[in-house]
Formats: sequence, structure tokens, C-alpha cells
Amino acid sequence: MTATSWIEIAACFGLLTLLAVPLGEYMARVYSGTSTAADRLLGPAERLVYRALGVRRDDDMTWRRYALAVLAFSLGGVLLLYALLRAQGALPGNPNGLAPVNPWIAFDTAVSFVTNTDWQSYSGEGTMSHLSQAVGLTVQNFLSAAAGMAVLAALIRGFARRQVEGVGNFWVDLTRSVLHVLLPLSVVLAVVLASQGVVQTLAGSVTAHTLEPRRAAQASAAEQVIDVGPVASQVAIKQLGTNGGGYYNANSAHPFENPTPLTNLLEWLAILLLPGAACFTFGAMVGDRRQGWALYAAMLVVLVPLTVGTALAEQRGNPALAALGVDQAPSALQGGGNMEGKEVRIGAVESALWATATTAASNGSVNAMHDSFTPLGGLAPMWLIQLGEVVFGGVGSGLYTLLLHALVAVFIAGLMVGRTPEYLGKKIGAYEMKMASLGILLPSAAVLVGTAAACLLPAGRAALGNPGAHGFSEILYAFSSAGNNNGSAFAGLDASGPFYAVGLGLAMFVGRFGVIVPVLAAAGALARKKAVPVSAGTLPTDGPLFVALLVGTVVLVGALTFVPALSLGPVVEHLQLLAR
Amino acid sequence: MLEHLRPTAAALALFTLLTGVAYPAAITAVARLAFSARSAGSLVLRDGAVVGSALLGQPSSDPGRFWGRPSATTPLPDDATASTGSNLGPTNPALLDAVRARIAALRAADPGTARPIPVDLVTASASGLDPDISPAAALWQVPRVARARGLPEERVRALVEARVEPPLLGLFGAPRVNVLRLNLALDRLLP
Repeated sequence: MTATSWIEIAACFGLLTLLAVPLGEYMARVYSGTSTAADRLLGPAERLVYRALGVRRDDDMTWRRYALAVLAFSLGGVLLLYALLRAQGALPGNPNGLAPVNPWIAFDTAVSFVTNTDWQSYSGEGTMSHLSQAVGLTVQNFLSAAAGMAVLAALIRGFARRQVEGVGNFWVDLTRSVLHVLLPLSVVLAVVLASQGVVQTLAGSVTAHTLEPRRAAQASAAEQVIDVGPVASQVAIKQLGTNGGGYYNANSAHPFENPTPLTNLLEWLAILLLPGAACFTFGAMVGDRRQGWALYAAMLVVLVPLTVGTALAEQRGNPALAALGVDQAPSALQGGGNMEGKEVRIGAVESALWATATTAASNGSVNAMHDSFTPLGGLAPMWLIQLGEVVFGGVGSGLYTLLLHALVAVFIAGLMVGRTPEYLGKKIGAYEMKMASLGILLPSAAVLVGTAAACLLPAGRAALGNPGAHGFSEILYAFSSAGNNNGSAFAGLDASGPFYAVGLGLAMFVGRFGVIVPVLAAAGALARKKAVPVSAGTLPTDGPLFVALLVGTVVLVGALTFVPALSLGPVVEHLQLLAR
Repeated sequence: MLEHLRPTAAALALFTLLTGVAYPAAITAVARLAFSARSAGSLVLRDGAVVGSALLGQPSSDPGRFWGRPSATTPLPDDATASTGSNLGPTNPALLDAVRARIAALRAADPGTARPIPVDLVTASASGLDPDISPAAALWQVPRVARARGLPEERVRALVEARVEPPLLGLFGAPRVNVLRLNLALDRLLP
């Protein structure tokens, strides 16, 4: 890798940390109910929302009530979005006259956006009307992210509170997530993106007469129909809310979503910003900031080496092309590298940076086509998803799942020294361990069972876009992405049929609520406990030893669960490429 | 569960209005006022007619123009209503066949240039609409374009070099040349 590439990667993570720390502190104030600068401005609007919802701010919910509220709200969201997509043909805001979305894709999409997955088995520009994009998809981009943040706030309260039943009020957490965090950040980002050339208009398509026809014989082929729409407003929240569902099929590889190196940098930062900041929110709310830094460090320890590895693999290029005499060497005149499925303005290194960030963070947006990555370059993103979206992970969901792993880590440490495990002054008992195990195992089961079913059924195999080991990787990637609510794809797989719509829809559902319910149950149990004093036998959870234990737990669970499957896909393909 | 029905319905309605209507409308208003050309798709006009967008690649096969990135959109390349990459894996025989065919076409149009071909000229972009090529890819095409246009190579090379956009702060992204703007500048050289 070139020297500039190393500096570039360091600069990106440095910038991220500089932004995440103050934002995390601010979010701690948002969820503690302490007044923020925004409160003076938004206070009246917030009180209006509570009146319309018929909720009281001080109504503390037990974990069961909280979980039922999350489920009711999510179910309502699925129904509303499904209805909207099915009815789009008869609704306004459809300047290009698109037909209703077919039932399978509408179901898959509704579940996908409500579970913060944003898996897309359709091409945005040819399927979704302006109304569906803005009023359907953009809304769930906000709300699914806000619901994840609310569940995280409840879990943090479980650690921070002593001997109480309540873990907070879902409706208040939801409202404050939208009004105080997601909406202000999205407005700023959307305006900056629009200033760089990201499209934002309510007009329909424009027809251009290009300099040359596509084929000399066809005069009509000299027309290029340019699809435009309310793009910037959607791209901002799809990045910030770890949603990842693009306005266009090519997502953030499309020049209208990501036109310049500056937009690429900002959109990359937006992927990791809120999941990173959540660590500092956690530290501030449990009253020990070092705990937050330890979790952030554990995330970087996994992500940075995988990013460097992916960048190395992609910048080295494709050996099969080198054999044909193609110049792939990076120089002052070209970015070089494995450029199939990549954009010139973005280049191989930033495609690698994005690929690992978007899969670590359960975002799923892409600025390059992962299906065309080198085998090892494509392995890292897939494995990051399979780690369970805990390295940064989704907004809210990343940290609450990582905290389940933290419980497992202190449990293992407790076994080693023969002591009852504790975390943040709470004794970890059998009930919490059961919940942590459920939350970790359910998504993995969804991935492996789904992949196995797809390999066995003709409908699963018929959808492949590439032969051999790479085809297996496409299936494994699809279920990994759905079961962990990521949303990115090895996009050669044609997932538009009923089998994948239903199979992936179920995997997404299990991956979301199979974690949320155990997390809230653990939060309730923890909130009821009293604090135990720190003693000489307590494992400090704010130092390098704990970071190593936590990373070890995450990597071991991820590796043991998925290495057999990975060896059938990317590993075999890499060996085939070497054997050429 | 019943106690959550009213807040669910009210929250969905309220937040749909706020984040689905008010938010996109406000961003649209600001973008149309402050960045009207860019928010409409960076359209490029010549003699009053739209010839394309500065952000979207166009098909090219004329030896007298610079060629952009290969496009994997189907059935026609550079289709701005169906953005996509090829999604071909690195070992897929179909990828290698496509690259061989592109190399053959570039070599046939310019048999005199023996230098290795820059990778972005023979690989399909992620969007199918990449508006840029690397400076290396533009310079590789200079001899062919100059010959077809009857221009001295230095003039065409100067045209390319004037349009190279470096990475942001020398660090982020890769160096690039916008193909549509380059070809329009070339057309302006020859009235």
C-alpha cells in the first residue's frame, strides 16, 4: 500500500474519534433528560409530540412494557410501509408513473427498512416513486434508527440504575432520538451533500441528447434519461442511521449519491459516527468514561486491521487481470488496484475503507460492488457482518449487542478465577447469561439455517449470479447480511423472487427482535439488582486486559460459528485464484 | 399491547409528516435556492440543449473522442435509469472475457500504442455511470484522439492535463478527469 493510503486511513479514524467523543457526551444528556442547548429550541415541539401520543414523560416502563412498545411500533411501521408501497401507483408524488411494488418485494422491503437492515431486492430508480422514497423509506430510516437508540438507552439505564423496575419510556426515547440527534445531524449533512452535487428535487426525469449514440445504427440510443429526485435528504439519514438503503440501485457508488471525494469522506464518517459516539454515551451515563473508551478501543482493534487488510488486497489488484497486461499499479496518474465494480473518483483504498465500515456498522450502503472484490477483500466485510454487527454495529443495536458480548467476556473471566462475574457493579447471574446467549445465537442461527436452506432448494440456487465457490459466497453473504440487519449484498444474487423475499424477511426479523427482546429482558433484570462494591477480586473493565478479553470473545464466537462456511466460499475461491 | 396502539398510530403519523414530508421539503427548498444547478443533476447544456450531466458517464466509441469507463448497465450501457455494476467475481470467466474484448477494442482503435492499458479503461464501474477516468487512462488515449482529430498530440495532452482533478487535500479519493467536460473542450477546439 502507498504511504498516502496509510495516512488516509489514519486521518479517517482520527477525524471520526474527534467527532464521536463530543457527540456521545451530548447524547448522554439527551437520554438522561438533562437539558441540552437544543431543549430550549425543541422543548415546545417535544411536549406537543407527547400530547399527541398521549404519553407522559415521567411514565417509567418495565422492560416488558418497553419491549411491547417497540414491537407494536415496529409492526405498525411494517404495515404502513407495506400499504404505501402497494398503493404507490394510485398515489401522488409519482412523476415517472411507476407501478405498485409487487407483494413479495413490498413485504421484503417493509421488513427490511423497519428492522434497520435496508436490504434491497429492487432497483430504487425503477421501482420506488418519489413519494415511496420520501414518505415511506426515509421515514423508516429515521424511525428504525431511533428505535435502536431507544433500546440502547434502556440497556444503559439497566446498568446505571439500582433496584428499580423501570428502564425508561420508549416513546420519550424514540422522540428524543429523532428530534435531538437524527434530524439535526441529517439536515446539516443533507445540505452539505446537496452543495456538492447530490441531487435534491421533486421534478421528474430529464432527457439528455448525448454526444454520441450508444450504437451508431440507433439514433434513439443517443438519449440518456437522467433520473433525479429527493436524494440528498435520503442519503444523509441512510448513512447516519446505519440504514444503507440507496436511492439508486448503485447506492453510494452512484455519482448522484456520492459525487466527490468530500462527499465520500463525509458519508463514510456518517456511517460510523453514531455507533462510535454511543460508546461515549455509555461511559457518560454509567458514570465512568473509561468504560466507554474501552468499548471504543475494542471496536477499533477489530476494524482497523481488517480495513488495512482489505485496502491491501484491493489496491494490489486482480492477479487474473495482471496476466492480461493491464496496468493496475497505483501512481500519481491513477488510483489503480482492482477497479472492476469501483469508481475512479473514489478509488480502491476508499472503497476498502467503506466496505469494512459499512459491514462493521450494519449500514450496508456501498460505494463499490463487494461482489467484484478480490476473495480476501470480500472476506473481511462478510466476516465483519458475521461477527454479529458489534464492531460499531447499527445505531444503538451495535453497542447493545456488544454489551451482550461483554457479559459473556466477564462470565468467561469469572469462570477462570472461580468468582461470580460482575460488570459495572452488577452481579451477572444465570438469567442475564441466558439472555446474552440468546441474543448472540439467534441471528447466527438465522444466517446458517437460511444459507443451508437456500443451498438445498432449487429456488435458492437458481438466483446465483456467479458459478462455483463465489456463488456459495453470494448466498452466505445474503443471509449474513439479513440475519445481522446489515443490508449490503454480493449483488449478483437475484433476490427478487418469493423464496428470498420470505427467507431473508424472516432472517431480518429474527436478527432484529431476537436480539432486542433478550437485551431488554437483561436490562430489566440488571436494573432490579443492587450494586456490589468493587473489591480486589473484581475484574477491571476499563483496561487493556478487558479489551483483549472482549475482542477475544467477539472474534472467537464469530470465528467458531462461521469459519466452516467461510472456508467453502471465499477461502476456496482465493485458493483457486492462486492456483491459476 | 393495547395501550401501545394510540402512541404507535400517532407516532407513525406525526413522524411521517416530520421526517417524510417536512424534512425532504425543507432540504429541497434550501437546495433549489442555494445550489439550483447542482441539486437538479449538474446538467450540461450546449446551444441550449441538455447534452448530459457532468456527473454521469456517456457511451463513447468514436476514435476522435475520449472513451469513459466501460458500463455494465443492461441492455444498453450508461443507462441512467438502471445503475449497476457487473457484479462479476474476480475469478469469473465472464469477467476475463469482457476485459479481453475491451483490450482488443482499445488496441484495434490505436495499434501504435504498446503501453499497458490503465485498469479503469477495461473494467466496468460500480455504478455503470462513472463520469471520470484516471489521468493515466486519458493520457493513454491522447495519440488516438489527436490522430483522429488531426491535432498535434501536445495540444490534446495539454487539454487533458488542464482538466486533471487531484485527490482532496492530496489524500482522499483518486486523481481523475471528467470525460464529458474533456470531450466538450475538445469539440470547442475544432469549430
